[in-house]
Parts: sequence; structure tokens; C-alpha cells
Amino acid sequence: MAAITFLLNGERQSVEAAPATTTVLDWLRLDAGLTGTKEGCAEGDCGACTVALGREEAGRFVWRAANGCLLTLGQVDGLALKTVEGLARADGSLHPVQQAMVETDGTQCGFCSPGFVMSMFAFAEGGEPAEDDLIHETLAGNLCRCTGYRPIVDACRRVAGATDPEDMTADLLPELVPATSHLAKGQLFLAPRTAEDLAMAVADNPDAWLLAGGTDIGLEFSKKGAVPKVVISLARVAELREIHASPLGLEFGAAVTYSELLPHLDVIAPAFGDLVRRIGSRQIRNLGTIGGNIVTASPIGDTTPCLMALGAEVKLVSTEGRRTLPIGDFITGYRKTALKPGEVVQSIFIPAPKPDAQFAAYKISRRFDQDISAVVAAFLLRRNGDSVTTFRAAFGGVGPVTIRAASLEAMVSGRAWNASAVKAGRTALADDISPIDDFRATAGYRRKIAGNLLERFFLETTGAGAVRLEAL
Amino acid sequence: MNAPTGTAKGGVGAGMRHDSAAGHVSGKAIYLDDMPLPPGSLHAALVLSPHAHARVVSIDGTAALAMPGVRAVVTPADIPGKNDIAPILKDEPALAEIAEYVGHPVAAVVAESFAAARAAVSAVKIEWEVLPAILTIEAALEAGTTVARDQVMQRGDARAELDRAPRRLKGEVRCGGQDHFYLEGQVAVAIPGEGADMQVFSSTQHPTEVQHGVAHVLGLPFAQVTVDVRRMGGAFGGKESQATIIAAIAAIAARKTGRPVKLRLPRDDDMVATGKRHPFLIRYDAGFDADGHILALDILFAANAGNVADLTGPVITRALCHADNCYYIPAVDFRGVACKTNTVSNTAFRGFGGPQGMIAIEAVMDDIARHLNIPLDELRARNWYGGEGRDVTPYGMKVTDNIIERVTSELAVEVDLAGWRKVVDSFNAAGGVIRKGLATMPIKFGISFNLPTLNQAGALVHVYTDGSVHLNHGGTEMGQGLYIKVAQVVAEVFQIDLEMVRITATSTGKVPNTSATAASSGSDLNGMAALNAAETIKARMTAVAAGHFGVEDAEIAFANNRVFAGNRSISFPELAEMSWAARVSLSSTGYYRTPDIHWDFKTSTGRPFYYFTYGAAAAEVAIDTLTGETRVLRAEILQDAGRSLNPAIDLGQIEGAFVQGMGWVTAEELWWDKDGRLRTHGPSTYKIPGSRDVPPIFNTRLLEDAPNPAATVFRSKAIGEPPFMLALSVWLAIRDALAGFGPAGATVLLDAPATPEKILAAIDAMKAKAG
Repeated sequence: MAAITFLLNGERQSVEAAPATTTVLDWLRLDAGLTGTKEGCAEGDCGACTVALGREEAGRFVWRAANGCLLTLGQVDGLALKTVEGLARADGSLHPVQQAMVETDGTQCGFCSPGFVMSMFAFAEGGEPAEDDLIHETLAGNLCRCTGYRPIVDACRRVAGATDPEDMTADLLPELVPATSHLAKGQLFLAPRTAEDLAMAVADNPDAWLLAGGTDIGLEFSKKGAVPKVVISLARVAELREIHASPLGLEFGAAVTYSELLPHLDVIAPAFGDLVRRIGSRQIRNLGTIGGNIVTASPIGDTTPCLMALGAEVKLVSTEGRRTLPIGDFITGYRKTALKPGEVVQSIFIPAPKPDAQFAAYKISRRFDQDISAVVAAFLLRRNGDSVTTFRAAFGGVGPVTIRAASLEAMVSGRAWNASAVKAGRTALADDISPIDDFRATAGYRRKIAGNLLERFFLETTGAGAVRLEAL
Repeated sequence: MNAPTGTAKGGVGAGMRHDSAAGHVSGKAIYLDDMPLPPGSLHAALVLSPHAHARVVSIDGTAALAMPGVRAVVTPADIPGKNDIAPILKDEPALAEIAEYVGHPVAAVVAESFAAARAAVSAVKIEWEVLPAILTIEAALEAGTTVARDQVMQRGDARAELDRAPRRLKGEVRCGGQDHFYLEGQVAVAIPGEGADMQVFSSTQHPTEVQHGVAHVLGLPFAQVTVDVRRMGGAFGGKESQATIIAAIAAIAARKTGRPVKLRLPRDDDMVATGKRHPFLIRYDAGFDADGHILALDILFAANAGNVADLTGPVITRALCHADNCYYIPAVDFRGVACKTNTVSNTAFRGFGGPQGMIAIEAVMDDIARHLNIPLDELRARNWYGGEGRDVTPYGMKVTDNIIERVTSELAVEVDLAGWRKVVDSFNAAGGVIRKGLATMPIKFGISFNLPTLNQAGALVHVYTDGSVHLNHGGTEMGQGLYIKVAQVVAEVFQIDLEMVRITATSTGKVPNTSATAASSGSDLNGMAALNAAETIKARMTAVAAGHFGVEDAEIAFANNRVFAGNRSISFPELAEMSWAARVSLSSTGYYRTPDIHWDFKTSTGRPFYYFTYGAAAAEVAIDTLTGETRVLRAEILQDAGRSLNPAIDLGQIEGAFVQGMGWVTAEELWWDKDGRLRTHGPSTYKIPGSRDVPPIFNTRLLEDAPNPAATVFRSKAIGEPPFMLALSVWLAIRDALAGFGPAGATVLLDAPATPEKILAAIDAMKAKAG
């Protein structure tokens, strides 16, 4: 059993007594006495707790923003953590991102400011250009209730590319040896390195909680104070961390984060990439995984409709061996999957859409960024001349599970792709879906926009010029 | 040094940065939850009612007390004084014996850690007797349940004038509530002192009310309770009365355990247990002529008060006082009903009834404009206050400082409103899935608390012998920049650099009997009080300087950190030292009360406001007609701030208020289920604006050369609330876009917030009208 070790603002920290599921936010504020990182919501939505996570991705050291309220100690083992207290220069002067926030009057009450500063720090270190889309992407995970954001956006624009040449974190990081297990206060934390070890660990500990990005089960720790007896981290399982892109398609491990995957999604299905950019925030996408998203089998999961429309497959592993399922068969019910006891998702394969395939994904929510969908729709269309040869339509938010709209697909397939096909498809779609009323939308609205999104897809694929709001 | 040259840095009118800006961005600004606690401190967590209306039959804390770290379960039986913390009426217990909403605090668990306290909450066993609940405004109107008397504001015989009017229109509009969503949740620390004394640190806009509430529940004289607050992580009205219950429960727990207790609400508890902006149901009946002159207006304002009165009465008063906005309405019958429901008691929120009053009159104006096919701006101009006999509000106050025509016309010219309108119209003429809307919003907002008594403030200023100045006043800092503004006033009086003025935490021990920092009045009241304190000291120092130089007092001038008598001068610190040596007091309180205001609550008449603040905005939106989603593409603002004390701070207030107002009229929706449970109780479900929601073109200007005609501090004007209502331009722009789907003359049905769902439904309704 080993301690959890990480670099905190450049200094090596060794944690022995705290359970691995202790949130970084609690540890910082209560154990380390660093109160600059704030708790605003403890559900990964306000960003007041934003910290920067330093790690190697694809052979390169990067700083990524993350929600301290969801991030657990087990997840930072062997990595670097930077908090707002670690930003100031050696002479005590403010870091350029801090200085920019001061100069633009980007703070009022100041409670959200440390979180914004950390998001901007990761943006600046990433060397991204000062483009509005990237700035909003950077800031989407941070809420401010005072300023109206204008000065904060200005500050972010100013600090593009302001990297710190003196930061030595990347050099120090390789000295850390992450633990394969950690035991504290009766909680066993396991971090297997291979799929085989993972399968064995899961077989040995059938009640263990599996932790990938922790953006969903992290709520159990942060809001409900859960301390599971055994936790198995997926983050260091080699096979679950691999990405293989080939002409056939894209295969990626279940522990690959959204952020790591995005450049590849942008190649194979750009519309999927655009949709993924609207899942949570960067803080969430830097931790969260598509593997985690499909395993929760949420009826409003954003990725499953896309995976369904793209014809993705899920590869499972256990001590019994491996098997592959179409994504549609993997999801078996409301928050239910085909996973057998002892089985875990190893990877997901997205076949490359044929060159003539048209694919689009739509997400309807109250707020463009960082909101949970009322309805998600994904469509894939191939035509031979005028006739529809392949049509896949998948929806989330329209029933207890994310679905392929079988009646709609059957109605449209083989027909000419025109307004009457869409009209007939729309009628058929009504039989495929069974939405409910809740605080995100009424059933009636969900029904209506499910059909309207089909119409939008038709307009977009026929060049009728359906502008989207985000294009204005 | 010769005659005065140069100026001190950071006086009135300078765009100084927030005094804590560097602390904010470095994490060094200390909020209450960051404060190190004394050894032995405990943490509390609230036990909240799961029922909308239920009597607590019994509370059994045995199982909770058996859990690790738990030290006490606090119930109403532990309250040594009175179980009441209401700000106005005596109707609000600290811990309820009859729960009146889901989330009503009925007990608290106190433990060695926050986690231990929270973990034990569900172990507190409560036996309930569930009672029938009223959950909506309609149900309350039907049942006739209210928390306060109805308010009526009348002028002329509205009923008769309505019947006589050539044209008549009736309508209904609803506006939703709004969670404050201050980033720092409610929090207080109570520390028992010697004897029965209680020291309280509270994140509150109203330290005096917290002091009173804590004294009431502990059965103490006010003098034995001291309340301090250095800063809040946002408040917006949500910590005006709502902070009291948090501090009171912490104090009860501290009294019971004899140890310091911190009570910090997790976000979900904060959102279900504490009050929000009042939702209103508004029904109007308007009479007007064919040219759009309003002749008579009857409006029913039914406010969802929640379970107790709290500040509902004053919120309704302000709604009634703003239902005229900038328009002269000859015959008026406004009625406000404070509906009692089994939902959390609603409370102060930036604008305080003003937004609800203005959304009513603007819905009326928009409907009449559509009905008569007169452009909305033209219709407004025909109804502006102004001219003999047309300059008195429905509550009898003469509007003497009216500049709305100037403000709206300057904005229209500045942004080429006419050209802008053409661009929008031609975009829409092209058809397509996306449609645009454009609208303006004028505002006239009354400044002063409606209750004259509250318009007073105190300050305390010390000058030390090194020339540094200690400043304290009754106002609280919630991010709005009050501290820096008042410090600038003091620096201006002494003509010293701002850095010489040390701003200190608000404390009931330093300045007593304060009013809430609310009603946009913070700098008006506290700035004046501090000015008076500083002037008192300056007069004494002037006499010392005159004696030193052998001249008359009138020949002494303070400038650029020095004190002059003609060509001779000494430094400010030298004079401070000299004054002390001469045994002259360098400390003074300052006091201010707003002159000339009065209000008769029985007749809803008087002069409640010292002056009005004006502003105008124009906004362009785009709506997606397939989904109902919207974007605000551009917003242009011209806001009156008088002679601004600090243009940088004022700019931030305007932009922030506008975006907050945008949230209220677009995405922020509070959703209760059929059992009265709030299901949008965190940022994952309750969506305040994010950075991308801010209009990509967003320009804000302060009205130039506009000193306040009223004798306010350096002729400045209040800024906190008025710009919130400028965001109604966004709501009106959405209505403008929707109007395009209907036939000419059709009014638009759209409530607030205009969520995608409501917009899509409104499109269908307009199309149906078009046939």
C-alpha cells in the first residue's frame, strides 16, 4: 500500500491518511489549508473550485482545468496540481492571467475569480489563439453572477499564449511513482495497469466502484459524502487509454477523456466533435470519458445517440474474455447495460462514415454551454441518387433510454429524400418516442422538436439553408 | 512647496479598481468559509422539511447523536429567546414547528466536521402530520390566503375612465422567480463570548437585522450581540433578510453547545431553503385612444409571497411605484396581493418589485402598440411624463428630474436605431428558420427605500497621526464596489491619495442601527455619512492649520496630500500629528438622512424617492423557429449615473445587472413539482447566463454631463438596480420577433422567462392567429 503522491504548486505532496475518494477541493480547503479554491456548488457546474491538472497526454505535458469538487485524490496520484495560490511569480507579483483580470475589472465579489483564473491559466498555457469560440469554450465551466462576463472575456483574450517559461512542473513530474493501491480509513483504492489486472481486480471485488473521470460518481463523494469500501481506478489501465485511428475507423479506450478524443472526433465525425464540445465544460471534458457516459446508460446521455447513428461498437472485457456489442445492444434499459458481473468496457469503435454519408448531431438545451439536454438527436444519411440507402436516427431525452428511431428509419429508408419523406418520417417518429414532462421540458415540447430536428437535418442536407443560431 | 498643484490619487470620479481585486484573483481575499475557526469549533447542517406543509409531531435525534462526531441536535426547544427572526411581521421562526414549505428548516445537526453533520441529517427521525398545501398563485387567490394586506394605488376613477375609453385591451402576463445564485452560499459563524455575549460573522447585507435576529432567539439585549462582515461572495438581495435565519441557527447551536458553530449551506440546501425573487401573475385592463394615449389602467399584481411576509409588502409597494415606468397615466387602479403559498418565502432581489412593475407596464405598452400598429417607441414617446399636469406619478410625486427623452434619443442616435431596425426587418423579410427581433427599453427607477425611516446611515472615520485614515460605515461589500466608492469620497474630502484610506469590515459594534445595504442606496447613504464624518474632522484640522499659519480658516486649502495657506504648506500627516499634539479629536462619526421624503402607506401616496435614475437599452435577438432557442446578438446601453463616483465600478454594475436581467427573462426557470419540491436546485438544473450568452456586441455608456439635480454625494446617482430592468429589452425583442408570425394588430403572448419551449409555443400561437 502506497501513499498518493502529487506535485502541489510545484511541491511534492504525499497523502497517506485520506481516502482516495476525498475530493481535491475538500483536501485543499480542510487539510492543506489552501482556501483560495472555493466551493460554489459541489456538482461541477459553477467552476469556483477550478484547479489545473498537469499531466502527460500523448507524450506532451499539458495543464488541464478540472473541477476540484469532483476530482478525487486518487485521480491526481502521480500528477501535478496547481491552485490559485501557486500562480503568483516567485517575486510575489501576479501571474499575467491574474493581472489581466485585475486590469479589466474582471472581479466584483471575487468568489468565482480564482476559478476563472485557473481556467484562463490552462488556456494560456495551452497556447490557444484568442478566438471568441475558444474563449467561451474556456470559460463555459465558470459561472459569474456579478460582472456579466464582458471584462472576463476581455481578460481571457489578453492572456492567450501567456505561458510561463519558468514553470518546472513538467521536469519534476516523471519523478513521481503513482500507487497501484492505497488504503486509508478502511477504503481500498486500486489502480491496475493492464486490462488483465483490471479484470481480475473487478472479479475479486464485485462490489467495487469503478472510477474513470468521476464526473458522475464524483457527485456521490462531493454531495453525498459516500466512502465506498473498494474503488478501482480505470485511469491507468494501458488498454483503456489507447487511441487507434485508421481508415476503418476510430477505436479508443474507455478511460480516454473527451478532451483527448476531440481532435480525433473532429476528423472522423466533426459534428460529433461539435456536440461533445457542448457536454459539460472543459473542466468536465478533461476528466470525463465516453466510456463513462455510455455505462451510466442515462436517457439523456449525449454521446449514445451519436454512437448509435454512427454504428459504433463496444468492446467488453472480463476474466472470461472479450466480446463486442453494437452500442444499441449495450444499452438495455433505463440506466441498464449489457455488462455482466465482472465485465468492464475496454474500448469503443466508431466505424468511419462512408465518404458520401451525411451525419449531423443536435443538442437542445436551455443554455448553449454546459447544460443537460432536453433532446439530443443524431442522424446519418446515405443516398444513391435520390433514394435513401442508409438512414439512422437516434435520440436522447425522448424516453427512458436513448433510442434508434426504428419506425422513422423504416419509413424513410428506400424512399426519395424529400419533404414528403420527412413528413411521413415525422409521423412515424411519434411511435418511436415516449417522452416525459420534467423540469427540462414538457413531453409535448420534446415530441415537437424531435420532429423539428429531423426537419432541420433535411434542410441542412438539401442545402435549403437552415442557419443555426450559433452560426450567426 | 508652493501653492496647490497636482491632485491626490483616487478621489471622486476616478475609475479606481475594486479594492480587493488583487485579493480576489490570488485567492487571498478571505470569505467567511475561509476564515480560520477557533479551536473546538463545530459545524452545523440543517434538517429540512420534505413536506410542503406539515406539523412536526416529534423529533428524535437519538440515532443522529450516536453517529461519529455528532455533538447535538438542535430543535426549537433549544431556543432560549423567541423563535422569531422576521424582518417586519412576527411570523417567521428560526426553526419551524409547522413546516410551511419543502426545505423549511426544522432542526440542525451539530458535529465536529461539516461532513459528519451532513451525514447525520438523515438520521434525525421526525414524525410528521401532513397538512394540505397551497402551491400556486392561482390556488392562493382562490383560497384568499395572503401574508400581508392588499395594497392599492389609485388616481382618478379608473373604472369609469376605462368604460369611457375609445379603445380597450385586457391581458395577462406572468414573470417567474429568480434564484440569486450568489456564488458564495449562505454562511455564518457564531462564537460565544464572555457571559452571554455572542460574536457573529455573517455573510449578510444587513448586519443589524442579523444582530436583532440573533438577540431575539437568544433572549439578549442587542448590545450583547456583535455582527461583523468583511465581504460577501455576492448577495443581490438574497442576503438582506435571508442571512438572519442562518446566523440565528448558528447562534442557537453555539449557545446550546457552548462552542463556536459554523453553518454553511450546501448549494442545494441554499436553493431550497432560502427565498428568491417573487413570481408575479399580472392581469391588466387598459383604456386608450386611437393614437395610443393611455387613459386608464387597472393592473392586478398577484405576488407569490411564499410562506411568510418577509419583504413581500415592500416588494409589492415598489412594483406598484414602478408600474408607471416613464409614462403618465391619468387614471390608475393598481392592486397588489401578497399571496401566501406553501413555497419558500420570496424576498429581496435586485430591483425589488421594480422589474415586476415594469414588465407589467411594458407588456401593456407592447400590446397596445401591436394592437394599434404603432411602433412601440413611438407609442412610448406619446405617453412620456412631461408638461403641465402630466408630470405627477400615480402616487402623487412630481417628476422634476425627467431626462428620459434625452436618454432614449441619445441612444437612438448613437446606435442608429432606425438603420438597425431596417437591417433586422430585411433579415426577416428573407424568411428562413432564424428570425430576429429588436426592441428598446427605457427606465425610470426611484431611489430611496420606500419606508423613509430606512434612509439613514452612519459612518466612523479616524485619522491617525501618520495621516492614514481608518474608514468604517454601515454599508456592506458584496462585490458592488461600495467600499472603494466611499473610500474615494473620504480621500476626496481630505485630498489625500486613496491608498491612505484603509477600508475596514462592517460591524454593528462600530456603526449601530444600520439599514440594509440595499435599494441601490449604499453609496448615496454611506457615502454621505462618511463625507459628513470626514468634513467634521477636516474642519477641526482646518482650525489647527489656520492657527499654525496664522490665517483665517477660510484661507486653508487641502490639496494633493498637503494643506495650504497661500504659498505655505505642510503635509497632511504633519497636520494630523500637529492636531493630536494640540489635543484636537481626529475621530468622528458621520450621519446622514435623506431629506424631503415621505410616504403614506395607507393611501400609497407621497414622495418616496429622493430622485429618479434613468436609462435606456436596445437589444437584438435571434430565435430559432424550429427549437425556440434564442441568442441575444447585440445590446446597447446608455445609463444615467449622475456624476459617477467611479465610472469603472458603475460600468461593471450596469453590465452585470443587464446580464442578470437577461437570465431572468430567458433561461432562468424555477420548476416546482406537484408536491411543491423545487427541482431546479443547483447550477446543473438552474441555468444562469454563461459567458457565451452575453451579446457578442455589447456596448455600455454612462450618460455624460448629467449631475444629479438632487444634492447627493458629489451629485452621483445610484446604480445597483436600475440597469437590471434594461434587460426587458431582450424580452421585448423576443416578442418583436414573435410578432412577425402573426397578423398585423395581433398581440404577442409571452411570459418570462422566455424559455425555448415557451417561444416555440408562442410561435404556434401567433401562426394560429395568422390562420
